[in-house]
Amino acid sequence: MTAKVTIRIQEADFDIAREISALTKGRNDIGAVVSFSGICRDSDDGNAIAALTLEHYPGMAEAEIARHVETAMSRWPLTGVSVIHRVGRIVPGENIVLVLTASQHRQAAFAGAEFLMDYLKANAPFWKREESGSGTSWVEARHHDDQAAARWTKP
Amino acid sequence: MKVKYFAWVRERVGKSEETIDPPDSVRTIEDLMAWLGRRDETYAHAFETPKVIRAAIDHAHVRPDAAIAGAREIAFFPPMTGG
Repeated sequence: MTAKVTIRIQEADFDIAREISALTKGRNDIGAVVSFSGICRDSDDGNAIAALTLEHYPGMAEAEIARHVETAMSRWPLTGVSVIHRVGRIVPGENIVLVLTASQHRQAAFAGAEFLMDYLKANAPFWKREESGSGTSWVEARHHDDQAAARWTKP
Repeated sequence: MKVKYFAWVRERVGKSEETIDPPDSVRTIEDLMAWLGRRDETYAHAFETPKVIRAAIDHAHVRPDAAIAGAREIAFFPPMTGG
């Protein structure tokens, strides 16, 4: 059977259970599903966050995520991958991103999900703007996200 | 060629996209940032620290020394904070 890949960028929230169901429906060869969801926190370095607004590069965001998914599927035996990334205004407690990986055995699902999140953090063209008591500011990229992505590079 | 700007690069430039026609002497992304920076004070401010600005050509990340010849769409943006 061919792998099932879902990539969506949307303003609306997602339902994790429904997405897992969609990924695994009709397949009996899936032994493991790993789910990662990124959630908006209510503070950043002690500064209270009122909301995050996510901007993205339409066209490139989908292409870049698709490239990473393809890489993940070439490195691990994944039978399904879903990546859903929200954009627009998001408040603390709300979902931001979902990565689902499915495989026969758990090692591939765990590794694939972690790889995808590290790469998404470093390379996917999205930018967060933070609203707090002190105004609005662009979140700065973290050096350790680039380092996390780099550790997946084969020597 | 089309140029798109995102996040604070867009805010500083004051527009999200435009069409440009650089001379042949502007060969790379690095050259292009310098050329744009020379337009006026607004662009100079936007591109004053080229090292922190990332670029993409036709929806793929490229390095500063990438050639721009044949590009349909170039984008400039800060390091990403998605995920």
